[in-house]
Amino acid sequence: MNREVVSQLAYLAASILFIFGLRGLTKPDKARRGMMLAAIGMLIAIIGTLVKAEIISYGWILVGLVLGSLIGYPLGVWVPMTAMPQRIAFSHMFGALAATLVGVSEYYTDLTAGHGIGVAKMSALAFEVLFGALTVTGSFVAFGKLAEFLPGRPVTYRGQNAVNLVLAAIAVVLFVVVVLNPEASVAFYAMLVLATVIGLFLVLPIGGADMPVVISLMNSYAGLAASATGFAIGNDVLIIAGALDGASGFILSIVMSKAMNRSFSNILFGAFGSAPSVAARSAEGLTVASITAEDAALQLAYAHSVIVIPGYGLAVAQAQHQIRELADLIEKNGGEVRYAIHPVAGRMPGHMNVLLAEANVPYDRLYEMEEINSRFEETDLALVIGANDVVNPAARNDPGSPIYGMPILNADRARRVIVLKRGMSPGFAGIENELFYAENTSMLFGDAKASLQKLIAEVKAS
Amino acid sequence: MSFSDLYVFVLAAFVGYQIITRVPALLHTPLMAATNAISGISLVGSLVAAGSDRNTLSTVLGVIAVTAAMANVVGGFLITDRMLSMFKRATPVNKPN
Repeated sequence: MNREVVSQLAYLAASILFIFGLRGLTKPDKARRGMMLAAIGMLIAIIGTLVKAEIISYGWILVGLVLGSLIGYPLGVWVPMTAMPQRIAFSHMFGALAATLVGVSEYYTDLTAGHGIGVAKMSALAFEVLFGALTVTGSFVAFGKLAEFLPGRPVTYRGQNAVNLVLAAIAVVLFVVVVLNPEASVAFYAMLVLATVIGLFLVLPIGGADMPVVISLMNSYAGLAASATGFAIGNDVLIIAGALDGASGFILSIVMSKAMNRSFSNILFGAFGSAPSVAARSAEGLTVASITAEDAALQLAYAHSVIVIPGYGLAVAQAQHQIRELADLIEKNGGEVRYAIHPVAGRMPGHMNVLLAEANVPYDRLYEMEEINSRFEETDLALVIGANDVVNPAARNDPGSPIYGMPILNADRARRVIVLKRGMSPGFAGIENELFYAENTSMLFGDAKASLQKLIAEVKAS
Repeated sequence: MSFSDLYVFVLAAFVGYQIITRVPALLHTPLMAATNAISGISLVGSLVAAGSDRNTLSTVLGVIAVTAAMANVVGGFLITDRMLSMFKRATPVNKPN
């Protein structure tokens, strides 16, 4: 059989296996098998490429494959689950880098070979390099903010949006110039450099708490850049895989921004938290009821139904195992424990689910917000740990609040609420939380892990 | 590049949209890790750039691209499987509660 036919068949098989692989992720018990199929698809695609007649030397390819595997192995096996967001941001950088470099190589080769580049191919190449380069630096900044070697707070200055708009306009002009005249290599490389700058300027002003949206957007961009590569070199498996990635990232960024009650433009150009405009209700004159670990444990021990609401504070305190231990004790006493997971409970989409699964919390106890919100009324006790804005009733009933309209977990509707919290500091949105002052709420102050350990000891004793 | 590429793109994006809207929030992190691994498919472009001896620049950029894409493939599939292996049920699937 002709080599080209072999590669094309391999790519077709890989495309189908990728789609089956992603479909596996719609069911937790089918997911691993699905991903195995996707991995086989990848292997087939690699082999199908290596047999191509164009490939004449394998030495450097082998170097790249071995080096990549050596880098990939620790990224897959050693990275802790808490570091997942920065790890994913880091790989978006790699994915976009590969797409960008292939684009530059393709452009340079065509140009030096002297055969012209058609408008369609040039558009694809320019798009690939523009989005690819922007994603490399944008993801790097996201990685830096999540790994905390760059400041997590929004980096802003006056006239920022105007500067960004001008840069974007210049990039568009360069794009048009190079598409109309592919020989204008200065425009091509200038666009490449400008795209890296735009990537930096786009993500630097975005605060650490908004990173879930940024990661998802970068996921989408990396996919689009890969798709553009497919257009440029006429490779359908690249177009398909890139489109799947692009769709996935796009959907996740919509899910995340909805959960934060924010529009894309607000996240990208808003620098959240800088100016709460309308006066939200203040907490003056309200009192907080604190509770001892002994009393809280007594309530937990006798509760028939408990909903745990974990927030990022739980992950920061590394208290996932303690909450599972406490849940086991409550269940042993005949109570029922469910977990209510807000979409932005972690630092990336679905992060909290992974952290709890790692602590051996069974996944059929983890409930999405829409599934569980109607159950709070009939629940004895809501246990809020390290979560704040996502349980703030002001989102429902205070039009003056900056988070008004944000979908929240209705913890306040449970019969009793116990909040584990370090102190009375407001959440990242910087607003007071009425839930903490509600009549049915008691506050258990202290470090989440230490408080949970006390609760475990007390429940055991009771 | 041909017009049929555009059809492929639009149809693939549509299939992607249909499937991914059905992925539960529970698995959104593994989903992102999985798409990351799949994005390593840029290997099919970078392998050609690295191995077809077109010119030095192309080979150098190609090798870097192969390295980056392969890191995503290996790391991406490993970490996705590592995450998915942690998701376990309390009760068997066919016996509710």
